[in-house]
This record gives sequence, structure tokens and C-alpha cells, in this order.
Amino acid sequence: MPTGLFSEIASLTIEHLELVLVAMLIASAIAIPTGVYLTRRAGMRGWVLGFANVLQTIPSLALFGFLIPVPLIGGIGRRTAIVALVLYALLPVLRNTLVGILGVDTAVRESAVAMGMTGRQVLWEVELPLAMRTILAGVRVATVTTIGTATIAAAIGGGGLGVFIFRGISTVDTAQILAGAIPAAVIALVADEGLGWLERKLSPV
Amino acid sequence: MSAVVEFRRIAYSVPRDAGRLAILEDLSFTVDAGETLVLLGRSGSGKTTALKMVNRLITPTAGEVLVEGKPTAAWDPIRLRRRIGYVIQETGLFPHFTVAENIGLVPRLEGWPAERIRARVDELLEQLDLAPGEFAGRYPHELSGGQRQRVGVARALAADPPVLLFDEPFGALDPVTRLEVQRQFLALRKRLRKTAIFVTHDVREALMLATRIGLMRAGRLEMLATPQEFVHERSAEARAFLACLDWKLENDMESDAHRPVQ
Repeated sequence: MPTGLFSEIASLTIEHLELVLVAMLIASAIAIPTGVYLTRRAGMRGWVLGFANVLQTIPSLALFGFLIPVPLIGGIGRRTAIVALVLYALLPVLRNTLVGILGVDTAVRESAVAMGMTGRQVLWEVELPLAMRTILAGVRVATVTTIGTATIAAAIGGGGLGVFIFRGISTVDTAQILAGAIPAAVIALVADEGLGWLERKLSPV
Repeated sequence: MSAVVEFRRIAYSVPRDAGRLAILEDLSFTVDAGETLVLLGRSGSGKTTALKMVNRLITPTAGEVLVEGKPTAAWDPIRLRRRIGYVIQETGLFPHFTVAENIGLVPRLEGWPAERIRARVDELLEQLDLAPGEFAGRYPHELSGGQRQRVGVARALAADPPVLLFDEPFGALDPVTRLEVQRQFLALRKRLRKTAIFVTHDVREALMLATRIGLMRAGRLEMLATPQEFVHERSAEARAFLACLDWKLENDMESDAHRPVQ
């Protein structure tokens, strides 16, 4: 195999990782606080979850396409790709944040309040630590999915390992497709293992 | 003696279908310093709801609860709750905190120095017959039911609150362990002279621990009496509870009679 291919694999892998990492950081930064907020607003839960659900049902290629004409967040390139990936990653993180916090034993939460903890203390010292494992599981699912979906970013000029795959498809070159697909699969497996380890490590008790 | 906790014409109702469902009606009583008032009643009689009004986990629909002479609505809820120890059946111990961290919770919230918290935790563990060296570092899931309950009591006592609330704390324990913990409770009470409200549906427990028993039925306080008076009470509900004791005795005698002779 030519060394040119290796260096291209390396650089596109890094590009791919950047896409996933940035998208996941933004998605978590939006979904976790929103999830926490929704645990306090039962009435809004259905609406917001419904919206995130609908986002999830849009076929990924279509979502990337839809975003191209949208001003500010759209256009051709990385930014649009990241926006699409963020939208996809929202639901698993949001849902698991909700489930994790609402799943905290009511006796534990009631005790925390009865001991004279403030709302903030209950959240940071009791609810979030006890929900951490579930929240991280959501982040893990979203990350693994995002690693796969990010290959479509190449269709709108977002770069990443999808560049190989689309090139391979258009030139009917299986080697090119595999040059994109195999590293993407490896990244997904490593991320799954790594986040799974973190999940076990950070989970209380 | 002065009233530490006072219920003044408390009513509590929740929306139900078109109207409202009354949970508590016209509930008035006082709890004096150092006494253990046991609220005895069936499930759904409103005793737990009443208890939760003392530390403002529930706000009454009408009337007011006074703690140390001040209506709970006028208290800062955080300050109020840190002056009131709370023990429940499920213990509510934080599963991700060690025994020492659980017990030291309120002192830490109150900003005690670490050294003082550690000394206080050890002192409480010893008072409750849990060797500090062995138990301080354990997590709640590594304890037996009786040990968990004792840690729950220690946590409630940690910051030396003047008032203690107990919501069927020993209900889930096996009878032998329950008796041990009840004895410990009595010994502790003699030493500490705390004001306590204790909710239970176990008449034997009520007679054993109470200085006064308040009998609750369908959201109302039927009567308030000392254990000595209570055993002679003739009201239907009191007799229903006292029958639990008699039934046990009758049953024991019967089973003795039927035991085959060896």
C-alpha cells in the first residue's frame, strides 16, 4: 500500500475524531442541562422529548441536505456537519439524563431535602452523582452513533473518513471504501470500550 | 414544659376529580420539650403527612405548624430542616457516601471543621454500638438492615438537632433486630432528652416508646393519651389496635396448646 494512503487515513481519522468530539461536547453541553431542567418541569418533558425524537427520525443524509440552505448554521462544510451531528446526539443524552435523575430513589432525594440541603446541593451532590452512570451510558450510545453518522459529513464537504467512502462509491473502489469504513469501525469500538470503562469507573459504589 | 412543636388547626387536601380529597382535618396538638409523641394509625390515616409538615416537606392547606414558637412558613426552610433530624423506614442513606460521610452530612453543610466532624461521627457510631474503625468507611449496601437504620439515626442526631422526626423507622426490620434497635432508642432518649415525633402503625412499638400516643384515624386525631391511659381506652379504633396485642397472646397460647407433646 502506498504511504500516501496511510497519511491520508491518518489525517482523515483525525478530522473524523474532531467532528465527533466537537459534536459530542456541544450536544452534551446542551442536552445534560436541558435534561436536568426537564426533571423540574414535568409539563414540558413531552414536548422537548418529542422534538428530539422527531430530529432522530430524519434520515441522516436528508438532515445534512436540509441544513445546507439554512443561514448561519448551514452551508457547505464542517460547521453544517457538526450541527447535524449535534442534533442527532441530543436525544440519547437528553433521555438518559432525565431517566437517570428521575430514577434516583425518592427516599434518598427526600432525605437530602429533609437534611436541609439546598436545591443546588441536592443536584450536585446527590442527583448527578447517582445519575452519572445512566447519563454516561447515553453519551456512549450517542458517541458511537455519531462516529458512524459522521461519515456522511463528507457528502456536504465536512471531511472525515466519509471522504474515502464517498470516493470509493463513486469510483467503485472497494479498497477506498474499506479505508474509510475500517478506521471508523475501530474508532467506534475503542470509544465504546473507553466510555464503558469510564462509566464503570465513575459510577458510585 | 414548653411546646417545641405545635399543630394549630391543620388541614390538608389534594385535588381529586372535581373536588378535593381531605387527607388531614382539624389537627391540633402540641409536643413538649423532651417528650416522644407517637402518632399511631392505620395506613392512610394521615400520620406521615402530618409528620412531614414539621420539616416543611409538605405545606398544610390550612392552619399552621409552629416549631420553637415560630410558624414553619416563617422559617427559612433550610435552617428549619437542619434543626430537625429525620429518620425514615427506607433510611434514605446516600448510597454513594460512606457511613462516615452520611453521618457527617449536616455538620459538613453547617460548615464544621473536618476534625470536629470526624470526632462527632466516631462518637455517634460508638453510641449506636457500631465500631468506628470497622464501619466508618463502609457503604450503606455493605450494612445489614439494622445497622443501616442505626446509621440513619446517627445521621439524624449528628448536628444535635432539638427535634427528631421518625417515620416508621424500624418497620422493615425483623422482630428481633427491631426490639434491639427500639431498646437502643429508649436508652438514647433517656440520655439525650430530645423532642421526638414518631410515626408507627405498630401498637406495641407505640406503647414501648411513647410518652404520649396520638391515635390518628381518617385524617383526624382521635385521642391523645399516655400509654398507661391508652391500654384502657374504649374507643373502637383504640380497641382495634389493642386487639393486635391480645390476638398475639391468644394465638401464642393456642399454638402452645396444639403443640404435640414430646
